[in-house]
Amino acid sequence: MTIQEQRPAAMAARIDRWTDLVRPDRVHRTLYTETQVFAEEMVKVFGGESWVYLAHESQLPQPNAFVSVRMGLRPVLVTRDRHGGLHAIFNRCAHRAATVCREESGTAKSFQCPYHGWTFKNNGELVGVPWPQGYGEMDRAEFGLTRVTRVESYRGFVFGTMNADAPSVEEWLGHARPWLDHWLDRAPEGEVLLGSAAYRMGFRGNWKLAYDNAGDGYHPSFSHRSLLEMASRMGESKDMSYFGRTPDDGPMVSYSLGNGHSVIDQRPAHGDEPGSFWRNQRPQPGREFFEESIRAEHGDDADRLLDLAIGAQINLSIFPNLLIIGNQIQVIEPLAVDRTQLTWHATRIGGVPDEVSILRMRTQEDFPAFGEPDDQANFEEAQRGLAAPEAEWILMNRGLDVTEWQSLVDGVIVTAVTDELHMRSYYDEWLRRMREEVR
Amino acid sequence: MRLSALPPQFRDTSAHSFHADADWYDELDSFRALLADDWPAAPVEEWHLAQSFLSREARLVDEGRFNDWLDLFAGDCLYWVPVTAGGGDPRREVSHAFDDHRRLTDRVYWLRTGLAYSQIPASRTRHAITNVETVVDPEGRRLVRSTFVVHEFRAGVAKTYAGWYGHVLLPHGDDWLIRLKMVNLLDSEQYHENLTLVF
Ligand code: FES
Ligand SMILES: [Fe+2]
Repeated sequence: MTIQEQRPAAMAARIDRWTDLVRPDRVHRTLYTETQVFAEEMVKVFGGESWVYLAHESQLPQPNAFVSVRMGLRPVLVTRDRHGGLHAIFNRCAHRAATVCREESGTAKSFQCPYHGWTFKNNGELVGVPWPQGYGEMDRAEFGLTRVTRVESYRGFVFGTMNADAPSVEEWLGHARPWLDHWLDRAPEGEVLLGSAAYRMGFRGNWKLAYDNAGDGYHPSFSHRSLLEMASRMGESKDMSYFGRTPDDGPMVSYSLGNGHSVIDQRPAHGDEPGSFWRNQRPQPGREFFEESIRAEHGDDADRLLDLAIGAQINLSIFPNLLIIGNQIQVIEPLAVDRTQLTWHATRIGGVPDEVSILRMRTQEDFPAFGEPDDQANFEEAQRGLAAPEAEWILMNRGLDVTEWQSLVDGVIVTAVTDELHMRSYYDEWLRRMREEVR
Repeated sequence: MRLSALPPQFRDTSAHSFHADADWYDELDSFRALLADDWPAAPVEEWHLAQSFLSREARLVDEGRFNDWLDLFAGDCLYWVPVTAGGGDPRREVSHAFDDHRRLTDRVYWLRTGLAYSQIPASRTRHAITNVETVVDPEGRRLVRSTFVVHEFRAGVAKTYAGWYGHVLLPHGDDWLIRLKMVNLLDSEQYHENLTLVF
């Protein structure tokens, strides 16, 4: 028996309409195709029961800043009030539902609805309506913008939930927290800044196809063949080529972190010494020149600095919508049962020379151009395949019966990078949310 | 750094990128300023030359002759599709494409691997180019501005992309080489599915 099977199985614990659809080794196609399932997910999985990622604090650099986001399908404004306090309010007028703000980001002390002119403070309070005599005695406190019940930030990452009883973000991040810390602590100033315009990539498929993939170490050597082939144009293939070499028992591992979170650790495929990330990186524009000038200027410290131009070599998935990939923050934004936006935010860091910042931008252009599109093509083709009703199942049984793969380390299961444990684990959390079993 | 000044081991710009230095970024800023200027109407002959060049380039892409298309680019070229309208600051921002000669060679190689699933089936495209303006700058470089509409059909779906091109062309014998091709999509920072087509 594998370690996962030894745990008290949430999915076996209850008999309801999901019992037949989410099995220990497979899930049913209708979870990816039915609009009713999607509508429920948008409420329960995306915020109704537990936390979802909303925004990054660097998108709200000063008091009265706002950024427009989605929480599931809910249009939401994440705002700072005049003291800098964070709020998340529905961008949905309390009167007759029009959005009160149509800008993507900016600065505003208040929002006046363009339809009939109700005006709300940036914390959601109603401050006035035109010709109030039409309402007799109006209790303005009753007619504010709906607030996201709880908003919490962890080191710049802002999460929200409608569940007043959810655990704290720190508790909910749980075993994922040290990984997020590791990713942030790579930056000399301990924080990342968004700032660059994001890639808003879209694909015609269900959002879970993206989350399935995020913890999947089985696909790279195949789905990314074009990238690997291109990388060998000038001889030795670099970068992700190690995925193609015996990935089952190679040095990389994947961890199931609980609450639907997981991480793939690619670092063991690199050396430990400073400069090993840099050496393994396929060359990007300006590499030779900027490397030479960084080495000339910074001597022994150059390897450390050059590594900061390269991704962290971990893929951290925080259920349901936050993916840390390389140096980038990717947000899964479902639009419809068969349409999804994947927003990729490149990150900057302070405390490094300009040359490193330039290289860091060039590095972050590589995978979105030559890697991700092939995955998204496969997601779209999976969605097409899912249209066949008689072929009912999506398998997630890789590694399920391989007892020697999994072991328990500090309370989390570690396993082969090609184990589909990531999917099996997050479906536990998916079920908890859909069954409204979260505290 | 000028290509003629490159150390010998870095001369092959399809394999090395030593020239893409701080000056190269600064020159990019100056090109953008030039492309933002108002220009006088070009003499018919020049206008015709510019238009013909763009049509030829577009045809090579539409016919999938990517190696021939690549041959149109200079060693210190940039094929640039910004995300931020107007380009932003590429030193601090990412682009859809920011291809020096090596990365552009990679892109063409990638398209031709037959393994890029995002291009199986391949995009069928047709580029329509209008509103051509051109001027030659004091250094003899031909600047061209134009409006494009790219129709794409792939995997059962027809899509349309619109925007404007900025070209900086260098004289090369009787012909020109592309020093800069800037592709300004109307909706560069918005939702896009599969931008692996060539603009
Ligand atoms: S809908 Fe906003 S004021 Fe009427
Ligand atoms: Fe992938």
